[in-house]
Amino acid sequence: MNYKPTIIGFLCNWCSYTGADLAGTSRQKYEDKIRIIRVMCSGRIEPTFVLDAFRKGADGILICGCHPGDCHYHEGNYKCLRRFHLLQKYTQQMGIEKERLRLEWISASEGKEFAELVDEMSEKIASLGKCMVKETLDTYR
Amino acid sequence: MAKENKPKQKIKMAVYWGAACGGCCVSVLDVHEALFTVVEEADLVFWPIALDTKYADLEKMEDQYIDLTLFNGAIRNSENEHIAKLLRKKSKILVAYGACAQLGGIPGLANFSSKKEIFDRVYFESESTENKDKKIPLTTVKLNGYELYLSEFYNDVKTLAQTVDVDYSIPGCPPQTERLLEVFMAIVSGAELPPKGSVLGAHDKPQCDDCKRIKTDNKKIKAFKRPWEIEDDGVTCFLEQGVICMGPATRGGCGNARCVIGNAPCRGCYGPPPGVLDPGAKMLSAIGTIIDSDDPDEIIKIVEQVVDPAGTFYRFSLPASILHRKIIHKEKSTA
Repeated sequence: MNYKPTIIGFLCNWCSYTGADLAGTSRQKYEDKIRIIRVMCSGRIEPTFVLDAFRKGADGILICGCHPGDCHYHEGNYKCLRRFHLLQKYTQQMGIEKERLRLEWISASEGKEFAELVDEMSEKIASLGKCMVKETLDTYR
Repeated sequence: MAKENKPKQKIKMAVYWGAACGGCCVSVLDVHEALFTVVEEADLVFWPIALDTKYADLEKMEDQYIDLTLFNGAIRNSENEHIAKLLRKKSKILVAYGACAQLGGIPGLANFSSKKEIFDRVYFESESTENKDKKIPLTTVKLNGYELYLSEFYNDVKTLAQTVDVDYSIPGCPPQTERLLEVFMAIVSGAELPPKGSVLGAHDKPQCDDCKRIKTDNKKIKAFKRPWEIEDDGVTCFLEQGVICMGPATRGGCGNARCVIGNAPCRGCYGPPPGVLDPGAKMLSAIGTIIDSDDPDEIIKIVEQVVDPAGTFYRFSLPASILHRKIIHKEKSTA
C-alpha cells in the first residue's frame, strides 16, 4: 500500500520548529508528506486552524510545542494542552479518529525524536486511511 | 384632509418558515400593538402561519415584487429549498431571520446523524413504531391514477445562505421583537441600509459586554458543572461558577444577556461575533484556556466533565460550522 497521508504540523517557533530544523540539518529522514506551519507558540494554535485543516483535506494534524515548563511565554503550551483535550473530544464526536489529532512536546534538541514521531504518526494514519471530512462535505452537500 | 385620504405607499412583506419550530413567526406577532404600525407601513403578501396564501400566489408574483422577506428556519428538504429559491427571486431584500436560517439552529443538530440513521430510527427502530413492511416515505407515489408528491428529505441541514444569496441576517432564537421592529422601521423609513451580508438587530460585541454579572479578569475553572449542580448566587459570572455559558463567543444584542438575567447561562443563539469563522471552536478555545490545571491527567479529568462539547458549543451553529456535519464513513454511507 503506497498511500501516504497528508499531515499538517503546527510547530512552535522556539522549540519544536527548531527541533524539526535540527532534524533537517542533521540529515534525518522522515515522511515528506508532512506540511509544517510555524507558529510563534503552541498557545497560538486555535481550534479553528485544526478544523480548517481537516476541512481542506488534511489526514492528520500534529501539534508540537515546548516541553511543559519550557514555554518561551511561560504557559502557552499549557493553554495548548487544555484546548487540545477539549478539541480532541469534539473531533471524536464528529467522527474523526483520535489518532488523527496529536499533541507532542518536541524540544529544540530533539531532531531525531521529531523525525521518528512523524514516521510513526504517518504509519498509523496510513493504516486508518483517508480522513473523510473533506469527502463527506464534497459528497453530501 | 385630502392629504390623509391619499393611499400610503406601503412596502410588501413576506414571512416564511423552512425547518423551524414556528417561534420566529410568533416573534413577529409579538410586536403586539405595534402590529398596527407594521400593517400601516407594510402589506403582508405571503405568510403561511398567519395568512391563507398559497405557493401558487407566490409563483404568480413578478420577480422582485416583495420588498422584504423574513425567511426563518433551516433548509431540511426540497420544499424548503424550492421556496427559498422562489422567495429569493421574488424579493428585493431577503433576510435570514433567526438562528435556524442564519446558522442552522436546533434542526441543524440533525447533522450529527445521516439521513439513513434518522430514517432507521424514525421508521424502523423507535419503540413505538411497528413497520413490518419496512415502508419509508417516497418522493412520488401513484394512487388511484393520481401521482402524489412529497418533498425530499436531504442528508444535510443547510443554512439559508448555503442555499441562496442572502442580504442580511437577524440572529436569535427567536430574534428579539424589539430588534425586529428597529430593523423594520429602518427599512420602511428609507434609511440607508448597511452593506449586504451585515447582521442586523444585534451589535458587534459579545454577550459578556452587556452582561451585568460580576466578572474577574482571571477566570479559572477547576470543575465544570451542570446548572443544577450549583447554587447560583445570582451575581457572579456563570463561567466563574463552573457553568458553561456561551457569552464569550456569542454576539450581544438580545437585551443585556437576557438568559443570564433570567439566571440561565447563555446558550449562544445570537451566533458568533464579527470575524469569527466557527463559533464553537472559538468557545472551545476560550473554555480550554480557563481550565485551572497544568497536570495532563487532571486536565483530562476536568475536560471529561464537559459532557457534550459538540452539542454545547455548536447548539445553534453546526451546519454553519467548519466541519458542517459529523463525518460519514464509507461503509455506513447511503448517498
